[in-house]
Amino acid sequence: MPDLLVVKDLKTHIRMRHSTVEAVDGLSLTIKAGETVGLVGESGSGKSMTGMSIMRLLPPGGHRAGGTIALEGRDISAVSEREMRRIRGNDIAMVFQDPMTSLNPTMSIGEQIAESVRVHRGASATQGMERAADVLALVGMPKPKERLEAYPHQLSGGLRQRVVIAMALACEPRLLIADEPTTALDVTIQSQILDLLDDLKSRLNMAMLLITHDMGVIARCADRTMVMYAGRIVESADTPTVFRHMHHPYTQALLASIPDLDTDRNDVLYSIPGLPPDLSRPHQHACRFAPRCRFAQDLCRQEEPTLLAHDRNHEVACFFPVAGLFSTSGSADARRDWARPSGGAGDAPVAADQPLLVLDHVVKAFPITAGVLQRRVGSVKAVSDVSFSVSKGDTFGLVGESGCGKTTLGRLIVALEKPDSGSVRFGQDELSAMRGRLLRRKRRDVQLMFQDPYASLDPRMRISSTLREPLAVQHIGSRHDQDERMSQALSDVGLAPRSLGLYPHEFSGGQRQRIGLARALSLEPQLIVADEPVSALDASIQSQVLNLMRRLQNEKGLTYVLISHDLSVVRYLANRIGVMYLGKLIEIGTADDVYGAPAHPYTHGLLSAVPVADPMFARRKGVAIMGDLPSAVDPPSGCRFRTRCPRAAELCATTEPPLRPFGVSSHLAACHFPLETPLQPAAAGVSTDSPFLERRHPDHVNED
Amino acid sequence: MALIEASIDDRDPRSGHGMWLRVFVQNRLAACGLVIIALITVFCFLGPVVYHTNQVQTDPLNAALGPGAGHPLGTDGVGYDILGRLMLGGQSSLEVGLAAAFLASVWGTAVGAVAGYLGGVVDGLLMRMVDALLAIPSLLLILLLASVFTPSTLMLIVVITFVSWPSTARLVRGDALSLRSRDYVLAAKVVGADGPRIILRHIVPNSIGTIVVQTTFEIANAILLLAALSFLGLGVPPPAANWGGMLTDGLNYIQVGYWWLIYPAGTAIVLTVIAFNFVGDALRDALEVRLQRR
Repeated sequence: MPDLLVVKDLKTHIRMRHSTVEAVDGLSLTIKAGETVGLVGESGSGKSMTGMSIMRLLPPGGHRAGGTIALEGRDISAVSEREMRRIRGNDIAMVFQDPMTSLNPTMSIGEQIAESVRVHRGASATQGMERAADVLALVGMPKPKERLEAYPHQLSGGLRQRVVIAMALACEPRLLIADEPTTALDVTIQSQILDLLDDLKSRLNMAMLLITHDMGVIARCADRTMVMYAGRIVESADTPTVFRHMHHPYTQALLASIPDLDTDRNDVLYSIPGLPPDLSRPHQHACRFAPRCRFAQDLCRQEEPTLLAHDRNHEVACFFPVAGLFSTSGSADARRDWARPSGGAGDAPVAADQPLLVLDHVVKAFPITAGVLQRRVGSVKAVSDVSFSVSKGDTFGLVGESGCGKTTLGRLIVALEKPDSGSVRFGQDELSAMRGRLLRRKRRDVQLMFQDPYASLDPRMRISSTLREPLAVQHIGSRHDQDERMSQALSDVGLAPRSLGLYPHEFSGGQRQRIGLARALSLEPQLIVADEPVSALDASIQSQVLNLMRRLQNEKGLTYVLISHDLSVVRYLANRIGVMYLGKLIEIGTADDVYGAPAHPYTHGLLSAVPVADPMFARRKGVAIMGDLPSAVDPPSGCRFRTRCPRAAELCATTEPPLRPFGVSSHLAACHFPLETPLQPAAAGVSTDSPFLERRHPDHVNED
Repeated sequence: MALIEASIDDRDPRSGHGMWLRVFVQNRLAACGLVIIALITVFCFLGPVVYHTNQVQTDPLNAALGPGAGHPLGTDGVGYDILGRLMLGGQSSLEVGLAAAFLASVWGTAVGAVAGYLGGVVDGLLMRMVDALLAIPSLLLILLLASVFTPSTLMLIVVITFVSWPSTARLVRGDALSLRSRDYVLAAKVVGADGPRIILRHIVPNSIGTIVVQTTFEIANAILLLAALSFLGLGVPPPAANWGGMLTDGLNYIQVGYWWLIYPAGTAIVLTVIAFNFVGDALRDALEVRLQRR
């Protein structure tokens, strides 16, 4: 196949106020017609800047400092801006990450798609609209002709991303640059969009440069994969080779640090120590990965390795290449002796324990008001009748798509919200009924870990003030005691004592998340609700935080409620799992039961939609969940999942399925037509009460 | 331990005590503004010690003299020496301007932060009050107040504060509304912090940029309001003086070309206002910890 795009020795620099960031430093890549090349790397590795350089859409201060970019043999790095405008959208199109911000909210989607046809092809308004309807049909938009008049806010996230892709395809570009095309989407929608991109590529014989941080996405879509680190390509080969027989220690470490659905929960994840280098500092002649590399030797710190062909079509920039997958067994580096002892809490919950946290028929709805008089016009049913309990020392994972009410449930547990009905009990106390001084004191026991580590730290407070606040608020200890507890908390999470005098912006994302954890720990809580604790972090940093959470749990006997959309992360940390859909808990059980033998079709679909960082597995087509999440304002009658369920029947629309037991270890699912055989067949119309609380904790129920 | 990040070791261990001062001083315009403010203050408060003039008795014989020997900046319509009067007027302008702006900011911030943080009925009530005050032209309000109370410097400060605080309250309330749903405010709630603590420790410090800039505007505004009051004869009666009053007196002579009655006072007002704006701008940057480099 002919080479479509040839980038040679691309250097992109971004001038900042006081320094120059060398975002891309000598990158070469070739994309053949009809080929998908994956560019993968952590944030700040320069992968997006590569895409922007090709499009010549660099941010202010950014410029191409060297190298050539040739499209079909024609050097497009030298053409005029006017000529470049003709190429953009016509020959090369781009899909951005966030479909909400990449669409103009004041233009109908038809007009937006037609715009590029009219600009590049000189089409009339009618022709443009016809083409728009065509491409909308191509990207699988239901009822494309009727949707032409729709505005972006009227569409769901998944449909919006389809519109963005339709815009990119309107002029049949030969190359599509997709920059994190699915990062802002839920897993079920993500898998729909990835399927679409795959399908389009083969139908239109279009080449694609897929830029992402997600190894799972790469494994699923890319023909060839290039791994980027600190502005340079460190490894480039066929996708299966990169995932199975990689030679660069970074690729190896990156893959080892991602938990997948099969990771043994008793393992400690491999994590890459340290942080990526600061590209604004002049780099020495050394391998950029050397400071974090397990295999680095003197040579690595004196000379910079170049990208050399290792095997056929396999290039690696490393002096001491490794051979293939990281073997975890027996590696002293990867496994620490503080790993959870096998056969411990990770395997079977101690059933005799009294539950630490009990949620009993919790309901929470947020009113929607309209007009000057704040008339109530409806309500978002965020959490509808959810019951479960968590024993001491357990990690309870709560999974579901965005908008399923898992974050609201987390806030109900930490008493940031009050339930409309039902109760949240913590130990002997009913947390949801406490208020004022009593509640403020009780808060010591239940702490929250936030998703965005930057937003959860007051930017104007030094770390010392942030860590002192909980202690000062709770009047714990003298100033001296507080100082001691603060340094203890810092060393618990692995930060240097001098961090106390710094401000949040002076830390990296992973360090900030550690500070958030230190703050939560300083009150010595029994329960920590972790709301997406690692989803804002890069893969190599994620595993550091996950290991830390695991270690602290073992040391301090913590109980976690882990809320995440990332099923692999939940699988790694949690021993019991609840699956939520549209405010309902639809399946609950031990991690092994839920992941191993899901009973609810939604759980099954969710699991098969997770992109797995293994090209062999990822290309296997699973049962995809179709369509979008219905509105929580007006949820479907009966079973809420029925609108997207392949097994839905009439019964599902009329009767809400109760939770009923499957297997032995309190595995419950709410489905009329489950994938596994229930212990007792449910009669239609039985009470929706969960038998679970009574079954599992007779002691507790008797007390009440 | 391999899992511990040791990458913060290369940071400046002295951390940022006094860092904002360094950032502030690095800003040329701010330094300029500070110097101007210092010079004006020295001129107004120490000037009369060196340069003696009679600012009590009028001197009709020497009225409206142009700049020349004995009167470097000339004399005004009733024979007061302009240079000396500029010093005297500056004293009251600066006192009233600074005090009124400071009080208005403190009160406005308190009301705005409480309203924004608590929301609901409290917010509704306080903001309707603010709306009402903002809807009445401030000059009308100030006239009303000034005609009820006997004018004195203290009285003027109170009156100007009363008409200035609503705009600060409105701005701070807007900040507080968005700040109260930030994760770090939630984090503080989760550890058990109560309302006053959250307002004082999290809401107010994070809207300090708005507050500081608004305060510098209020200083300028107060000086101009004082001028308007004097123009309407509701300021402190002569022989007390202020820049605004001098300016408005001078306007009576604009047709006959007595420029020295207008330019000195005008320049003084403009310089002061600009200097405070420079300082306010730089203060906002300096207090923005995220901009601090080390």
